[in-house]
Amino acid sequence: MREITYAEAVREGLSQRMREDSDVFVLGEDIGVYGGAFGVTRGMIEEFGPERIRNTPISEAAITGAAVGAALTGMKPVLELQFSDFITIAMDQLVNQAAKVRYMYGGKGHVPMVVRTPSGSGTGAAAQHSQSLEAWVAHIPGLKVVQPSTAYDAKGLLKAAMEDPNPVIFYEHKVLYKSKSDVPEEEYTIPLGKADVKKEGTDVTIIATAIMVHKALEAAEELEKRGISVEVVDPRTLVPLDEETIIASVSKTGRVIIVHEAVKRGGFGGEIAGVIAESEAFDYLDAPIRRLGALPIPVPYNPVLEKAMIPQVEDIIKAVEETMRGA
Amino acid sequence: MTDWAGRQSDEVVKDWLRQMHLIRFFDEKVDEFFAKGMIHGTTHLCVGQEASAVGACAPLKDDDMITSTHRGHGHCIAKGAEPDRMMAELFGRVTGYCKGKGGSMHIADVDKGNLGANGIVGGGIPLAVGAALTSQMKKQGKVAVCFFGDGATNEGSFHESLNLASIWKLPVVFVCENNQYGMSGPVKDMVNIEDIADRGASYGIPGRVVDGNNLLEMADVMEEAVMQARSGSGPVLIEAKTYRWKGHSKSDAKKYRTREEEKDWRTNKDPIKRFEEWLLEEGRITKEEAETIRQSALDEINRAVEFAENSEEPSMDTILEDVYA
Ligand SMILES: Cc1ncc(C[n+]2csc(CCOP(=O)(O)OP(=O)(O)O)c2C)c(N)n1
Ligand SMILES: [Mg+2]
Repeated sequence: MREITYAEAVREGLSQRMREDSDVFVLGEDIGVYGGAFGVTRGMIEEFGPERIRNTPISEAAITGAAVGAALTGMKPVLELQFSDFITIAMDQLVNQAAKVRYMYGGKGHVPMVVRTPSGSGTGAAAQHSQSLEAWVAHIPGLKVVQPSTAYDAKGLLKAAMEDPNPVIFYEHKVLYKSKSDVPEEEYTIPLGKADVKKEGTDVTIIATAIMVHKALEAAEELEKRGISVEVVDPRTLVPLDEETIIASVSKTGRVIIVHEAVKRGGFGGEIAGVIAESEAFDYLDAPIRRLGALPIPVPYNPVLEKAMIPQVEDIIKAVEETMRGA
Repeated sequence: MTDWAGRQSDEVVKDWLRQMHLIRFFDEKVDEFFAKGMIHGTTHLCVGQEASAVGACAPLKDDDMITSTHRGHGHCIAKGAEPDRMMAELFGRVTGYCKGKGGSMHIADVDKGNLGANGIVGGGIPLAVGAALTSQMKKQGKVAVCFFGDGATNEGSFHESLNLASIWKLPVVFVCENNQYGMSGPVKDMVNIEDIADRGASYGIPGRVVDGNNLLEMADVMEEAVMQARSGSGPVLIEAKTYRWKGHSKSDAKKYRTREEEKDWRTNKDPIKRFEEWLLEEGRITKEEAETIRQSALDEINRAVEFAENSEEPSMDTILEDVYA
């Protein structure tokens, strides 16, 4: 197998679907000759032309709503929202339209669309270009939410998202775009709602999403040297959430740390903690459930503060050690 | 043309030249620092657009207000900000306008009426409307000048704001800096009319097209618009036709336009060169004075860099500060 980057995996997955299904098209800002703000659609307008790689005006509300309308009437749009922060402008169309039409209409119609959108901090883009707002959309019945952490997962999950008959918000992490992993050339599907145990272990479970998966794995390696066996679980999709895998892992290890980059308060980690607390895994807990997330502040520009805002490998190591001591 | 700009004193017109040099030197320095990796994040430079910023702010009083954009260094300097505190902000230092927490896209100087740059395209437009509302309700006589790009006029916030400002007859001047492109989207593909100024008509707002690279014309049209807004007759939409010389942000292969087009704007429509030529032709300055002004602007920017480099990083215990008032 060859190694490709996360950005290349997304592009390959998109292109393969587009070759097979003429209903699939991409729309978004600067996705044409510019190739998208992060270069994901680079070269695609040359292959598919401006009809199917539709370069749009800067009009998030309209392009999101147009995607909903096109999806409702037989197309399969993939919308690139240039930064996930701009979902604020698209929110009515996603929350009040895309998510609800099928239910409101009594099961008539469906909205097979994907919103691909880069999230996360770490690039110095400051408060309006660095957020992780996935908990917002995860709260909305009718939307599915995906957060791939590797190139391999990105390609397989994107195929599932594009084949899903529902609106799917597909979060790509900016800092991961250049990260590489082994990715098969042929198409494959990773079903939505299937977590992945990225590393097996017996003493403690770390449930981590997106970039935190990598930090958790790094922490696990160090902790292993200190005699602590860590299991790292990546839910990969928040909605649907693979509760079974999470509960099984925590029941096995009896200790759990939940880590995400989003602000801890109101973050999705609270939901995961709730799922664990309500399940049979609760009886196996030897220490309180521990959550790590960002400080409750807008993302600061200064690189030192920006880094300090979100959990780092050392923070995870410390949290695991405290949890092991039962603190 | 009213020739308001031409009637200003030597002192004033020379200061406009100085401001344009400051803006250009500032952004060229920033460009250099990004290329060298000395500043992190991203930045949007307004080299080539100096006249629209300086011309738009020329008729403003100190307590008038502006809202700016991601491409905001020029607006900031034209509204009287100190380059040293701006540069310190780009370096992420505690002496910066935002204590290092905002960076290039969020520089604000509220005391000087600069309500802030904005990372959200179209995000500042309603804010200007609100600022004008305050002025109207408190009878302050202040005007809000609202800067935005051609691309921003395709956001709902632009259209909703123009309508609101119009029905309430608010003292706001909308200044669209049409530099021909969004990030890459050419305005001719993204807007189906020749002049964005015509969009004002839908909202009952007069629209004016200006050569944004001609400082005198820009200042004249702005002076009239500011007067109208201040007098209570409602908003004006001004479209300044201009061009950004550099790429959209630090990483831009500029595949969406030609090098010939860039060269044409640089060599034939340089706003600084044009204004300097006018000053010389009119005998308002000598060649030596022009050179002194240029050199002193460069010195000021170099001092700003020194100031930034010698400033402290924000300390970790400030990280939770300023979330709430
Ligand atoms: C709501 C929103 N959409 C998209 C972007 C990304 N973006 C930043 S600047 C820009 C282009 C803006 O074009 P224009 O308004 O013409 O201003 P210019 O950059 O030309 O000065 C885009 C698409 C953003 N920051 N905010
Ligand atoms: Mg523009």
